[in-house]
Amino acid sequence: MPLSIQHARSANHTLRIICPNGHLGFAPIKTGSFEIGCRAEPDLICADSGSCDVGPVPLGADISSSPRQWQEQDLETMLLASRRLGVPMIVGSAGDTGTNSRVDLFVAIIQELARKHQLPKFRIGYFYSEVGKDALRHRLDAGDAIAGLDGRLPLDEATLAATERVVAVAGVHPYIKLLDAGVDVIVGGRSSDCALFAAPAIRRGFPQGLAYLYGKILECASFCCEPYGAKESVLGEITMDDVKVTAMLPEQRCTIASVAGHTMYERANPFYEYFLGGHIDMSGCRYEQYDERTVRVTGPRYVPAAELRVKLEGSGKIGERYVGIVGVRDPYTIAHIDLVTGWARSQVEERFGRDGYELHFAVYGRDAILGLSDPLRAAPGHELAVVVQGVAPTREMAEEVCMIATRQMFYARLPQVKGTAGGVAFILDEVMPASPAYRWTLNHTMRVDDPLELFPSFVVEAGG
Amino acid sequence: MAKLADIAKTIRSKNAGVDKITFDVIFTDADAYDRVRRSGVLSREAVCRLFGLAPDRISDHVEFDPALAIKFTIYRRQPSGSPGDADVFGAQQYGPLLGIEVPES
Repeated sequence: MPLSIQHARSANHTLRIICPNGHLGFAPIKTGSFEIGCRAEPDLICADSGSCDVGPVPLGADISSSPRQWQEQDLETMLLASRRLGVPMIVGSAGDTGTNSRVDLFVAIIQELARKHQLPKFRIGYFYSEVGKDALRHRLDAGDAIAGLDGRLPLDEATLAATERVVAVAGVHPYIKLLDAGVDVIVGGRSSDCALFAAPAIRRGFPQGLAYLYGKILECASFCCEPYGAKESVLGEITMDDVKVTAMLPEQRCTIASVAGHTMYERANPFYEYFLGGHIDMSGCRYEQYDERTVRVTGPRYVPAAELRVKLEGSGKIGERYVGIVGVRDPYTIAHIDLVTGWARSQVEERFGRDGYELHFAVYGRDAILGLSDPLRAAPGHELAVVVQGVAPTREMAEEVCMIATRQMFYARLPQVKGTAGGVAFILDEVMPASPAYRWTLNHTMRVDDPLELFPSFVVEAGG
Repeated sequence: MAKLADIAKTIRSKNAGVDKITFDVIFTDADAYDRVRRSGVLSREAVCRLFGLAPDRISDHVEFDPALAIKFTIYRRQPSGSPGDADVFGAQQYGPLLGIEVPES
């Protein structure tokens, strides 16, 4: 077996990146394996902070899905190592959504950390990804189709009007531009996960296919290792011929199964990865065990796009939301739970009519999670919980919709029920304010002439 | 007959973007992978029957040899996190796969 890449570079011309976290700020970096990684001569420290997994609320409401304290902690861990080692640090899709306010937040946190630790002067480059609704409206007016992804129809005026906020998903281009400007830290707006790793590699002249594959493999940190254990660091190395990745936690390893398994994680098809400017075809990839804890991958093919199309993500508000919870133990009531929720809905309709609000019942113990797809929905458990969501234009109305539905389940009229003192059990005889309800309104692509046109970049100083 | 949960190393589901959920069934050895592939218990048709889906709800169905994995992806009924969706990450949709009975090869 060759000497581990943890201890030495495997070729003259290499670029080595440490990735300490697959979703920065969402759960804290495990610092033990990160410190081991920092001793392995990384050329950069990179982590993505974005995800659509958190649902449409953060983008719509322009908030993060995790406390600022967690974001500060991860940024502090990365920044102090980056300044100590004198290597650049790149964070993509700031604050989950990559909106302008999240980029500004991360830049401000890094400037505060520089003051707190009295760091010598350094430069922060950042770029924005938000797209104004007016700009999209102009495109529609000009007859330029904003095409739907994943079976969606092209964007129409009504959907755009119902949208609160839109981000475009950047490729490698703004990262390369800021690296060219010589900055020490980059905070990215919304961007493809793989782009922040691919950018420095492409800039140094490594083949594009390998560079994007490098990003795809590294972006989730220790998710490409076994045994399972998140938020541990991995070390990647790209050469002109291959990509290697190794686990930094001594108890973890990268294996062919763990790395190949990861390349298909949370994507519809394991063979293709799309980004602004093209895609890579991984159907010809070969995976080899390079050393005990390192896997080597070769053979991805870069396919440039015939037309530059940028992905757009948009979220629109549906309304204010309240949540209620009830329990059911009577087997007869459980067998007729649809009559109970039907009664509750009828009582809301008596007050508010059929339209102008949303009312949802999630029946835990039967089919809350899979809905109609659950093969066991005809065999509910011996007790159920029903979570009620009322969504309406105002908080007052949402509270009332939710309260009527929750309270009226108590009074549901079932013909042969034995218990006539109350149809459900309340854990709380109240309904609770929740985040407003949003939905993903845009999962689309739009033509651009220049891959930088939607992503203005800036440079500021910190420390000193 | 053995259950899929006894044969596969990993059985999981997860969002693939905001409009799809993808399912991965990963094996540790090629024999088990081949046995399940050949049995057809995870074919497009079998998956549609199990989850009560129309065939056009499946966007992708692939066998991924490097990971010894069978992978399929379905369109969601509504985008992730819309009110009424109770699995924002799509992470618990795999439950019905665990009990699939796999015939001896």
